[in-house]
Order: sequence, then structure tokens, then C-alpha cells
Amino acid sequence: MQGRRRRELAIQALLAAALLAALWWLLDVTAANMAERGIRSGFDFLKEPAGFAIGESLLPFDSADSTLWALAAGLANTLRVTLPAIVISTLLGTLIGLGRLSPNLLLRGLCIAYVETLRNVPLLLQLLAWYFVVTDLLPLASEALQLAPHVFLSKSGLSLPWVGGDGGLFDLPLRGEMGIAGGAALTPEFLTLLLGLSLYTAAYVAETVRAGIQAVPRGQSDAALALGLTRVQLFRLVLLPQALRSIIPPLTNQQLSLTKNASLAVAIGYPDLVSVANTTLNQTGRAAECIALIMAVYLILSLLTAWLSAWLERRTGRWAERS
Amino acid sequence: MNQVVATQAWLRRNLFSNVFSGLTTLLLLAAALRWLPGLIDWMLLQAVFKADAGACQAVNHAGACWGVVAEKYRFILFGRYPHTEQWRPLLATGLLLLVIVASGMRLLHRRFLLAAWALVLPAFFILMGGGYLGLSPVGSDQWGGLPLTLLLATTGMLLAFPLAILVALGRQSRLPLLRGLCMLYVELVRGVPLISVLFLASFLFPIILPPGVSIDVLLRVQAGIVLFAAAYLSETIRGGLQAVPGGQHDAAAALGLSHWQAMRWIILPQALRAVIPSMMNSAVSVFKDTSLVTVVSLYELTGSLSLALAGDAEWRSFYLEGYLFIGLIYWTGCYAMSRFSRSLEPGSGISRPLA
Repeated sequence: MQGRRRRELAIQALLAAALLAALWWLLDVTAANMAERGIRSGFDFLKEPAGFAIGESLLPFDSADSTLWALAAGLANTLRVTLPAIVISTLLGTLIGLGRLSPNLLLRGLCIAYVETLRNVPLLLQLLAWYFVVTDLLPLASEALQLAPHVFLSKSGLSLPWVGGDGGLFDLPLRGEMGIAGGAALTPEFLTLLLGLSLYTAAYVAETVRAGIQAVPRGQSDAALALGLTRVQLFRLVLLPQALRSIIPPLTNQQLSLTKNASLAVAIGYPDLVSVANTTLNQTGRAAECIALIMAVYLILSLLTAWLSAWLERRTGRWAERS
Repeated sequence: MNQVVATQAWLRRNLFSNVFSGLTTLLLLAAALRWLPGLIDWMLLQAVFKADAGACQAVNHAGACWGVVAEKYRFILFGRYPHTEQWRPLLATGLLLLVIVASGMRLLHRRFLLAAWALVLPAFFILMGGGYLGLSPVGSDQWGGLPLTLLLATTGMLLAFPLAILVALGRQSRLPLLRGLCMLYVELVRGVPLISVLFLASFLFPIILPPGVSIDVLLRVQAGIVLFAAAYLSETIRGGLQAVPGGQHDAAAALGLSHWQAMRWIILPQALRAVIPSMMNSAVSVFKDTSLVTVVSLYELTGSLSLALAGDAEWRSFYLEGYLFIGLIYWTGCYAMSRFSRSLEPGSGISRPLA
């Protein structure tokens, strides 16, 4: 026993030494390379003016603001598209997942077709296709499609009524010769990303919900129906509480994937964190720092999600026991 | 008469089992009547199939312009590969697809398959790169389209697999340092988006290499994909390792097998067999993820489509048809893999011992 302990310690000491040596060598080579190419290092660029504009931003941003603020605006944009996409994909995915279990053949077929189509085509391709449809095939703003009163869809995006404005309680968009004025406008980039992420993730959520409900033993449904529960009661009181336990862990994983997938914004020009960091990288040449920043932010988001997931699991566990 | 009764029963069970189901059926039929004719019209009746940009523009999006595929398919499928040499990527892609499909067939398993892989992979590189057997050299910067997609996905999975096994074993090691390192690697990679790993491979790898050594961007990106896929795969394999009952370890030890012998002959075969379906899902993900390399300027299928259309004013307005075309290619690959994975799931009666 003593011998094995000593051997294990020795192996680990060797491993640590090899690791440190490799790290030292790596840093040495990197420093030499950077000196040779005249690349500066450090995070001082964060305080300097960004010098580039951001297409749209939730936070007030101007190119004279600091790079750090630009990155913060990027992160805010990431969250701005991620949070609604999480809500939409969870709701839509749940409906489609339930649809897959419907006794109606047509509805079931439609939901299966949805899941099998969306899951088996790369998200990037879907985003590019949606972006093309929105920016090329939709009519000009002056001939915008009217989806509902005061809701307009065109090449320039989606215009919606919004609270506030100078006209009164609601600010209503109006279509005119020069395009659309008033209301809240969602840019084509934001719209594409929101739509693409939500529809793609909904397919995965649907599969999770279906699997979760199918994992509840059949006897539970039979017993509930025998007790005279209606189908809605059966779902709400028997199936859902039990299914949620197996649904929530994979569901939070999928929503975490959604957050990471939001980085594909860079391909369609929506200024999310990765796009802004990519622009910064190209302008300052600080590749290591910019990539490290992206990774650090995403790691923090992942940790937060993991923590949230654990909390939700505890909550639903308690809820299931009560019902 | 019986037939009528049977049909009625079928309709009642599948389409009109209750009021809600009946309403759904009517609603969906109405929607189909409303939209389906227009779709068929666009896809087939009014579509232009000839490679004729004028005819396509005349239809003005009332019908699909499949002519864009007829005109550009060589560029979409093979990217910037020299036109006269395109039989080489075609042959290389065909060979690679053949071994991949053969690997899915149980009858062909064992040694024959290993030999086939050992032959086809070098053949793929020789055909693509040239320089031997009188084939003119073609630099990897000119590779593109479907062969590049397949190459990135296949070698990505092939190289990620052994690495993932090592990492999964590392996470079960008795050595805390090794365990910690493996965990750090897996959690780091799984916590960040693939794009950031590709940026790392594209921008940062050149700076951390010793002077005089330069690695081609394709290799760097391939390395990025391998590192990324291995982290996810190792979690799958770890799940499989944990699913092997503890009694198997004890029994192996009682038979006098060493730790590594037990791993090789008893534990790993069972662990890997248990997670084949999840590993197939990883393969589907890797296949789809290869589309991201277009962000770091490698022109695989998605990138070569943009390359084919972006600079051509005549065809530029028919991107959608191009996207649908390559979407169909991706879909076929992913759907085939996921069907295959489902056929292997326990209870389907097909899965048999691996070794």
C-alpha cells in the first residue's frame, strides 16, 4: 500500500513537472513570436475608445466609448436575443413534443416532420437561409406586409406597436411612402437570429419533452384515467410533475447550447458578444485577449446555468412530492 | 363492406377520436388546401430546371430556380478545386462515403473494415492533394465543398474517439492531478461555443508554434474540431463507463486480470457498446458543426455555396434554392446517421456484442 501511494505521488509529480515545462515553453515561444511580429499584449486596449460602430445596441453606445463598453453592449445584445429565444423555444418545443404524442395522425406527422427537418440541418445554414429570406425576398419597407393592424414586416425588419412615444399611451408604426415610422423596430439581423435559434432549439426541446413524458410508466396514465381524471388533469397532475424531473436537466443543457449557438450571430452580422470581440480582434490584433474574454464570459454563463439547473431540479423535486 | 367498416374505424381512431382531434384534422386539412398548391407550384410547376439565368429572372421567384443548382453544382460540391481535376474529389468523396456506409453494416465488420479504412484514408489525401502517381499537386487551400465537409467530420470523429476514451479514463483515475486536468479540459471546452475554439485554432495556434514551424489552416481547424468533439464524446463515454456494474470489475480482478486488461477486455467493450447511439448523435453534431468553419474562411459545403453565388450578379438572387440544395445534402447525412443510431438502441433487437 505504502509503495503504491509513493508511486502515485511520483507519477503526479512527473506529470506536474511535464505540464509546467510545457507551459513555460509555450509562453516562451509565444512571447518570442509576439515580440518578433510586434504584437503587444495586455488588456489596456479595453479602456481605449472602440473606434467602430455597433449596428444596434440595447446599451447606449458610440464609437468614442471604450472597447470594454462595446463588449458589454455585445453581451447585452447576446442576452437580448437569448432570453426571448429561450422562452419561445421552450413553449414551442413543449407544444410540438406534446403534438408528437397526439392520437391525431396528421398532427403527429406534422410534428415529427418538423423535428426531423430542423434537427438534421446545420443551424448556420438555417440562419443564412432565414437571413436571405428576410433581407432579399421580403418587400421593401414602403410596401411592407401588414401582418396585423400596425404590425409590419419588410426587408427592414419587423415593426410593432410599443408603449410610450409622443402620441399617447401607444406608439403605433405607420406605413408611408418613405417606409415605416414609429413603433418599435426589430432589425432583420435580430429577427433572423431570434427566429432561427428558437425554431432550431424547439426541435430539441420537443424531443426532450416527448421522451420525458414517455418515460413515465404507462400504468400511471391508466390509473389516473381509471380514477376519472380528465386528459388535462392527467397531464397537469400526473404526467407533467413526474416528467419534469427527467426533462429539466436536458432542457437546461439545450438552452445552454442555444446561448452558445447565439455566437453564430457573427455570420449574419448581428452585433453579439462574439461579433464585437471579433471586430475588436481585427482592429487591435489582440487575439489571445479577445478569445480569452469570449471564453470567460461563456464559462460564467455556463456556470450560472448549471447553478440555475440544480436549483430548478430541487424546486421541481419538491413540487412533484407535493402533488 | 368490411373494407368500408375498417376504413371508418381507422379514420375514427387516427383522425377523429374526439372533438379536439376532429377539429385539428379539419384545421390541418384546410391549411394544406390553402398552402400546398402554392408550394407545389413554386417547387415544381413554375420552377425553372435549366441553367438559364434569364429564364429564372423572368419567373421572378414565382417558381424556384433549380437552374442555379444545374449551373453551379460543381462549384458548390467541390469549391475552388481546379475544374479539370474534379474527378479526383469526386472519387475521393465516393470512396470515403463507401467505407462510412460499409462501417454501418454489421456483416462487413471486423478486420476487413479496418483494412478498408487504412486504405481509403491515405487514398483520399493522395487523390485530393496530388503530388504522387502523376497527379498534379493541389494545395489544401483549394479544397472545398463536400469532400472538405466529409474530411473534417470523419477525421474529426476518428481522432476525437481515442482522445475521448483517454480523457474519460483519466476522469476516473486515482491520481487527483490527472483527474482534475481531464475535468478542467472537458468543462472548459463544453462551456464555450465552437466558434471561439475555431478562432483559437485560426488566430492563436500560429502564435504558439515555434518559429519556422507553420501549420496549414485546415490542419489547425481540424485540430480545433477534434479537441471540441473529444470533450463531448468523453462525457458520453464516461456515462457508459459508469453504467458498467461494479461486479464486472470485481469479477475481472478475481480472474487475475490486471487493471488495464480488465479495462481493455471487460469494461470498455461493455461501456462503449452501451453508448453507441449517443456517440452517433455526437457524430451528427460534428457533421453539422463543420459548417462553422466557413467563419474562419475554409470553404466547405456552406462556404463554397457562398463563394459560388456571392460574386455572380446573375445568380445571386437564387441563394434560397442553393441553401435548400445543400440543406438536403446535410439532411440526408444526418437523417441516415440518426436512423442508424436508433436501429442500434437497446430493445431494437439488432445490437449485439461489439468485440
